[in-house]
This record gives sequence, C-alpha cells and structure tokens, in this order.
Amino acid sequence: MSIKVRYFASLKESLGSDGVELFVTEPLTVEQTWSQATGQVGLPDNILVAVNMVYVDQTVEITDGDEVAFFPPVTGG
Amino acid sequence: MRLLFSPRLLEVEVVIKLLAEAFDPFEEVKRFQEQSVGSACAVGATSIFIGTMRDFNDGDPVVSMFLEYYPGMTERQLKDIVAEAIGQWAVLNVLVVHRVGDISPGDPIVVVAVETSHRGDAFDACRFIMEALKSKAPFWKKEQLKSQKSRWVGNNSKGYAPE
Repeated sequence: MSIKVRYFASLKESLGSDGVELFVTEPLTVEQTWSQATGQVGLPDNILVAVNMVYVDQTVEITDGDEVAFFPPVTGG
Repeated sequence: MRLLFSPRLLEVEVVIKLLAEAFDPFEEVKRFQEQSVGSACAVGATSIFIGTMRDFNDGDPVVSMFLEYYPGMTERQLKDIVAEAIGQWAVLNVLVVHRVGDISPGDPIVVVAVETSHRGDAFDACRFIMEALKSKAPFWKKEQLKSQKSRWVGNNSKGYAPE
C-alpha cells in the first residue's frame, strides 16, 4: 500500500521536507502515519490533518492511495 | 474557477479565483457583475469585503509577505464554504478572489462579493464566508519583517483591534 504524506508552511520548514511516500502492508492511524513519516512520536499540538484534501479527526484510518496532509493553523484572508 | 450551484431551484453563479499576481478588487467585482447580468434585476444588495495587507503585525513593521496554499484543497474548501453560505442564505451570486505568493503592504489579499435580493442576506453571507475562509481555507502567511527576520503567522486574530 502506498500513502502520500505532505507537509505545509512552518511544518514543512521545521521538518525540512514537503512530504514523503510511505509503503506499508496494512492501514495506519493518523498518528502512525505521522510517526512513520517523520520518525517523531506523537503529533504536535494544534496540527491540522486532511486526508484526500478533506479535514479529518485523528480517528480516521489511512488506506492505500490516500494523500495525508499535516499543517499548522491556517492564516489566510 | 467557475462553478454553478442550484439550490432552491435558483442558479447561483459562483466565481472562485486564486491569483499569483496583484489584482484590483474593484475591477474583479465589476467584471463579476457584468458576467452575472442574468440575475441583475433580482439583485437588491451587494456586500463586498476587501482584505489588504498591513505594514505592521503584532507590533512589528512588515515589509512583505509570502502566502502559501495547498493546491486542490484550498479551492475545494472555498467551494464548500460558499456552498454552505448558499445553503443558509438566499444568495444570488458569489465572488471570492484570493492572492497567493509574494505580497506587498497595501496589496489586496482577498475580495468576497455576495449579491442577494435583500441586505441582511448579503451582510450575513459575506461575513460568514470571510470568517470561514479565515478558519478553514488552507492558506499560510509568512511575514518578512523590517528587522530582516521572518516568521510564520501563528493564528488569525478575531478581527478586531487589540484593546
């Protein structure tokens, strides 16, 4: 299974990467996706998560072909 | 991006644009009104919000700003926000234009124009779209300060001058 992980804004800068592709054998939780992608345990506070460009809470299951985005609070307008 | 919604058997014209170049919000509204002439006689109220870049933030002089976004999701969120407004108020036409990329103080960042038959719907729907955009649409501002430092804006304010 392939999962595309993306980071934006300050998170992209602090991680030094705009994302990574994960290859896994079974579905992941949001937190497992974060940990496998970044090597960090536990999601940072205030982080927002979108799967396939839709906001999700952290209980959603990540499966094959999903695009998972992690980013800080939004500041447009 | 031009999208058509059909709530309440009315055709609502929705125009959503992300622009990487400076724009004139009044020209955008004028062009939008010329495009939506089909409902012109039904329009009794137009509420317009224009957001521009300040040259200060959190007490510091700001010389420029970079606006990052999430291509695909940003447009989708804006579309969903407008659809929610159309579901709540009797909206005839909606325009949302938002800048991305490098921005200078004084540049317009966003314009929201809502056309309705009555003023209450125009005011309320315009405010709703702006507030939802501020809290949901994936844009991020990075400020370049006069002091040569740069910083990401951490959170949007509630929209009032600090006390």
